Amino acid sequence: MSMPFYVAPEQMMKDRADYARKGIARGRALIALQYIDGIALVAENPSNTLRKISEIYDRIAFAGVGKYNEFDQLRVAGVRAADLKGYQFSRLDVDARGLANQYAQILGQTFTHEMKPLEVEILVAEVGLTQEQDQLFHIMYDGTVIDEHQFTVLGGDMEAIRTRLVERFVPQASLQDAVKFAHQALSLNDQQIASSELEVAVLVRNNSRRCFSRLSEATIVQYLA
Amino acid sequence: MPMFSFEQDPGANFGELLKRVGLSPFGDSLPVNEILVPHATTCVALRCANGVVMAGDRRATSGNLISHREMEKVVQADQFSGVAIAGAAGPAMEMVKLFQLQIEHYEKVEGQSLSLEGKANQLSMFVRSNLPAAMQGFMVVPIFAGYDTLLNHGRLWNYDATGGRYEEHDFVATGSGMLHAGTVLRMGWRRDMTVDDGVVLTARALWEASVADSATGGPDALRGIYPVIASITSDGFARIDDARLKNTYDEIAKGVGQQ
Repeated sequence: MSMPFYVAPEQMMKDRADYARKGIARGRALIALQYIDGIALVAENPSNTLRKISEIYDRIAFAGVGKYNEFDQLRVAGVRAADLKGYQFSRLDVDARGLANQYAQILGQTFTHEMKPLEVEILVAEVGLTQEQDQLFHIMYDGTVIDEHQFTVLGGDMEAIRTRLVERFVPQASLQDAVKFAHQALSLNDQQIASSELEVAVLVRNNSRRCFSRLSEATIVQYLA
Repeated sequence: MPMFSFEQDPGANFGELLKRVGLSPFGDSLPVNEILVPHATTCVALRCANGVVMAGDRRATSGNLISHREMEKVVQADQFSGVAIAGAAGPAMEMVKLFQLQIEHYEKVEGQSLSLEGKANQLSMFVRSNLPAAMQGFMVVPIFAGYDTLLNHGRLWNYDATGGRYEEHDFVATGSGMLHAGTVLRMGWRRDMTVDDGVVLTARALWEASVADSATGGPDALRGIYPVIASITSDGFARIDDARLKNTYDEIAKGVGQQ
């Protein structure tokens, strides 16, 4: 009978983390940033139908980078959790923090107990009644939750993009400026990303119930002109 | 967070999801034969040149008592559609709430809205699953109307207690005052009506129903309660405000006075 090789737990975790990081780094990056009337989510995404950014609930959006089928499964689970909670209790009881914690549980559980970690990084964003109440929860492949302020970057080349964004970011910017900043920060090596390869959605701080909406390609072209 | 294996996955169906997690409100047969619960009555809808108009009175009754004066029986389902309900108020309100959730849930999970036909079909399944309760007296009979963004015109559906779904081309009335309201609509409906004409005609239909049917409420100028009337056009669902309805009913009252 053959004995399995002993692998130190440190080594096992490191291997898994490396594997997940490599998978995520292959994908393209995404930025979420505050602007004067809400939160803008900007992703480099050549597909016009397979979305990285989507609506979870009235004031909550989801964004994922990495392996599409994996973050899409998490997205659907989030929509279900939110709709069930809103149905069972009240729409006011659904919040980003609760969802972020549940996502962290799933990702953490998968990272330690499954053969393969999920190769995703996700964001749960909630637009508040004031800019101070906006929330951005950045959740890593191993279940680490980071409570970000003002803006966050997900995916490959995170550090380089973050540096470029810090130079430009102002919380009082208009939506057009916010989209421009994000576009410039995402366009590394001074190669401009085509507007057709940009996916932009917003959570708008207004009186309507559903705050999430997507920007049409025409609007994006106009903003970047 | 609810996650399912491939075979168990409820997809975009919110009703199925509720069943999977044990929260489904449907299908419980009740041992009681008759309890007096509030009933909602008389809703109408008609098609006009650029959309539809829906209207419903505000009264709920329990037997011969008025149990609620300002119930809203015409409810927005999503941007381009609305539901009007007649029948037992409790199950009806629950059904509308679930229907709204189903439409939104589908849109979020699938990334695009259901077609208007799809929504009408979904509502018919909700009505059918209420059949055991309907047999015990908790009947729910809705009207579904909306603006079909694929065909660019308004559409109406009528239902029966078994979930039967019938598309109507001109107008539809449901509830205890349906005969009177329906007659007014039949006399006044024209193919080229504008939304404004439609508002006046549905207001008149509810007025006549309230005159002849004790379970239908008329305009209540004393308390400032008017029927809920809404239009659905390519601009979406819009509720007509009470100030405008007050004028409409003042005109109708003046006309009746002159007779």
